[in-house]
Amino acid sequence: MRPETQVAPSLAVTVLVSVGRHPLTGRGRQADQDARGVELARSIPQAEVSLLHAGPLGDASETALRGYLGMGFESLLLLEQPDGADVLPALAERLEAAAPQLVITGERAEQGEGSGLLPYLLAERLGWPLVSGLAAVEEVAEGVATLLLALPRGQRRRLRVRLPVIVTVNAAAPSPRQSAYGPARRGQLVLEEAQVVHDEELAKWQVQPARKRPKRLKIIKAASARDRFKAAAAKAEGGRGQVLTDVTPEQGAEAILRLLREEGVLRR
Amino acid sequence: MLETLLPILIFAALGLALLGAGRRIRLWRQGRPSPVPILKGLAAMPRRYLVDLHHVVARDKAMSNTHVATAGGFVAAAVLLILVHGLGLGSGLAGGVLGWALLVASATMFLGSLFVYRRRRNPPARLSKGVWMRLPKSLMAFSLGVFAITLLRVGLLPEGLLEGAGGWILALVLAAVVTWGLAEMVVGMTWGGPMKHAFAGALHLAFHRRPERFSTKAGGEGRSTGLKALDLDDPEAPLGVETPADFTWNQLLGFDACVQCGRCEAVCPAFAAGQPLNPKKLIQDMVVGMAGGSDAAYAGSPYPSQEPGGKPVGEHSLERYGSPHGPIVASLHEHDGKALVDAETLWSCTTCRACVEECPMMIEHVDAIVDMRRFLTLERGQTPNKAPEVLDNLIATDNPGGFDPGARMHWATDLELPLMADLQQVDVLLWLGDGAFDMRNQRTLRALVKVLRAARVDFAVLGNEERDSGDVARRLGDEATFQSLARRNIATLATYRFQQILTCDPHSFHVLGNEYGELGGVYEVRHHSTYIAELYEAGRLAFRPWKGGRVTWHDPCYLGRYNGEYEAPRQVLRALGIEVAEMERSGFRSRCCGGGGGAPITDIPGKRRIPDMRMNDVRETGAELVAVGCPQCTAMLEGVVDAGAEVRDIAELVAEALVEPSTSVATDAVGHDARSIRHLAEEVPL
Repeated sequence: MRPETQVAPSLAVTVLVSVGRHPLTGRGRQADQDARGVELARSIPQAEVSLLHAGPLGDASETALRGYLGMGFESLLLLEQPDGADVLPALAERLEAAAPQLVITGERAEQGEGSGLLPYLLAERLGWPLVSGLAAVEEVAEGVATLLLALPRGQRRRLRVRLPVIVTVNAAAPSPRQSAYGPARRGQLVLEEAQVVHDEELAKWQVQPARKRPKRLKIIKAASARDRFKAAAAKAEGGRGQVLTDVTPEQGAEAILRLLREEGVLRR
Repeated sequence: MLETLLPILIFAALGLALLGAGRRIRLWRQGRPSPVPILKGLAAMPRRYLVDLHHVVARDKAMSNTHVATAGGFVAAAVLLILVHGLGLGSGLAGGVLGWALLVASATMFLGSLFVYRRRRNPPARLSKGVWMRLPKSLMAFSLGVFAITLLRVGLLPEGLLEGAGGWILALVLAAVVTWGLAEMVVGMTWGGPMKHAFAGALHLAFHRRPERFSTKAGGEGRSTGLKALDLDDPEAPLGVETPADFTWNQLLGFDACVQCGRCEAVCPAFAAGQPLNPKKLIQDMVVGMAGGSDAAYAGSPYPSQEPGGKPVGEHSLERYGSPHGPIVASLHEHDGKALVDAETLWSCTTCRACVEECPMMIEHVDAIVDMRRFLTLERGQTPNKAPEVLDNLIATDNPGGFDPGARMHWATDLELPLMADLQQVDVLLWLGDGAFDMRNQRTLRALVKVLRAARVDFAVLGNEERDSGDVARRLGDEATFQSLARRNIATLATYRFQQILTCDPHSFHVLGNEYGELGGVYEVRHHSTYIAELYEAGRLAFRPWKGGRVTWHDPCYLGRYNGEYEAPRQVLRALGIEVAEMERSGFRSRCCGGGGGAPITDIPGKRRIPDMRMNDVRETGAELVAVGCPQCTAMLEGVVDAGAEVRDIAELVAEALVEPSTSVATDAVGHDARSIRHLAEEVPL
């Protein structure tokens, strides 16, 4: 795509960072997954890491964004967007212009829509490959990155991907370094004008606080210590699941309805 | 010949000393400015020396007498030496008196030096060797030399002694001995060597960074233990100490005053536990950094390490190299990770202040350690182990455990504690502390509430409006989080009216009472042991006699050394009918439980655990129960496996022994006759 990137001595990495929200107090903070993305970027030897955020600038978001600066950055590029704007066009435009070889971001935001779709939409728009759930970037050489994917229960998968690429990280990525007060205070939030596209879909939605979902109780029927250990180590699984293939929508809906009745989610 | 040689020698020594003083002062002035009243400080110095410093030295009677003889003799001898031999006032009647006085002074000094010599023959491990080993000989050289030349001067020796070839040789020998003495005792005072402590120490007393810690003629014990706040509003102000030159000049002066007596090392819990901290070595490293160079000349105990023999000293001079403007702690990627001091040394400190309490030179070790921690946390973001998580929790949830701040009062739902928000005005504001989230401390809090209710105290709690006091954040060097918590707490407290704050946590007690003042929150704070003692004195509590076994009291550092409260808890225990079986290290020498300064969070490995050592102290008293007055101490001491003694908070002991006076008696008699209430109360059947 861009042959000149293959001979570049350093690797331009952009980390998309968002404003997180503490689950208990709702205070603004560095989003955990994004902070892990920053840490991952820092672990790549020849990386030149820059931070990018699109969103409104307020007191709460400034504290959170400065948290990223406290991880050892001199500046963070902020594409100012009002509340309710769709940040996708602004981000895509900026990434196209800056042309980093690697874009790292968390899987989903801690507030707002939090649909986890942004990386996919970005990848689609830029025409770049996307790799989700990264554990490490092992090597970058000659325009090809060797990536280590985190799979459930500690499994890993190695992938080779041609740059540029968007990767997302989740809790399996290395935990972020401490954010220090001094660099956070000194760092610059560089504001940049960007096109603003209002998210008209979002404006039509009704937003309300989520309710806690019921959680399946784990019933341990183990007789021996070995079974108990296996049960403790295992993930909570339904076990009675069934895969329906080649069924009509009606049949599928009926199956779902039957299950919901069985589980007592739907009465009658 | 001596008459002409001696004045030259004396004034040459004085001149050299003056030059050295200028050089030394330049070394100190590399530090940051710290305004002190120069003349007032110098005027206060003799009293600080004779009263406060002597008070510390006198804890070791033998050494104190030795020092009085040696130092007193030396000062007198030095002054008289200048008058008699330097200015030639030794003749005539008045001069004769001076001469005789000089004989007495140098003889006294010689006597003292004999004791110094005896101590140096088989020195305890805490003493530094090296140049310090020659000190008794130098003292003897000075005192004997001066004594001999003065004998000649007052005419006690036969006239013709210095005539002829033998006389010349004798005169030369005497001159050589006096030169040795002058070189060590006068020139060495400012150029380095063991006597440096006298010059730097005297000025350190005069220009101390905490003048309020000294007693005054008007009385007052003089105590200054609160950490000094960083100026966070000024973006140019440095955040903590990166290089030796980042200390204030009088801190550097303080380091230079160290006599390497190792009293700090002997009482340091981290050193005893084999963690890589030795307060004496740390102070010496600061001197190395200030002057530039390696620690190769250090001849005391090294920092302990997991390997036998401790961390190597001076072997690889480049490994432990310091310079005034070089980093004290290497950042992870530079210098192979080695600089003057390892980060784990700074994180081993429990901030128990045992070293500061014990230091005869009034050096402030804890201030220096926290200053360096501040840089590591605020600038480098290198707080070790679980500390970043704790700091993040404090920022996000206002408590170190990351609990829902709305759950702070869950432990007390059945107690229906009155809230400040409802009452607005009470006598006593009960500060719960983060122990409110800890199931063990909740038992203490419940006991305390029971006691307050029995004494009909008008109290209320802040409830969910309370936040962590900021103690742990501050000791971990996160001054920004401390100030944020403190300012919000002060704002909350400002909305209510109360006479005093009561807490069962000495850390909150110290921070609220001694450290919020600088940020604008001035309160009268009481530890629960003090408050219970007052309630008992006022006759508002009555106890049934103690039936348990032997009990000992563990003095929490933040109650005792930080706030001078040693007596109240013992008074309470006496009132309970308990005779305290004191541990060898109690009172101001109490050994830390290992729970202060964020040490359980940074968790630097050692060879032993500090609380294990403390429970051994308890075992030695034969006590079946150790009474404590601090949630940290409770947690640390209860965490000891296979401990012989039970750990109970003093509030629990009081609550158990409470005898509820019948209502009529209590209402009539409150404040009237304390003794009769107690008597009546004891008659109530159990």
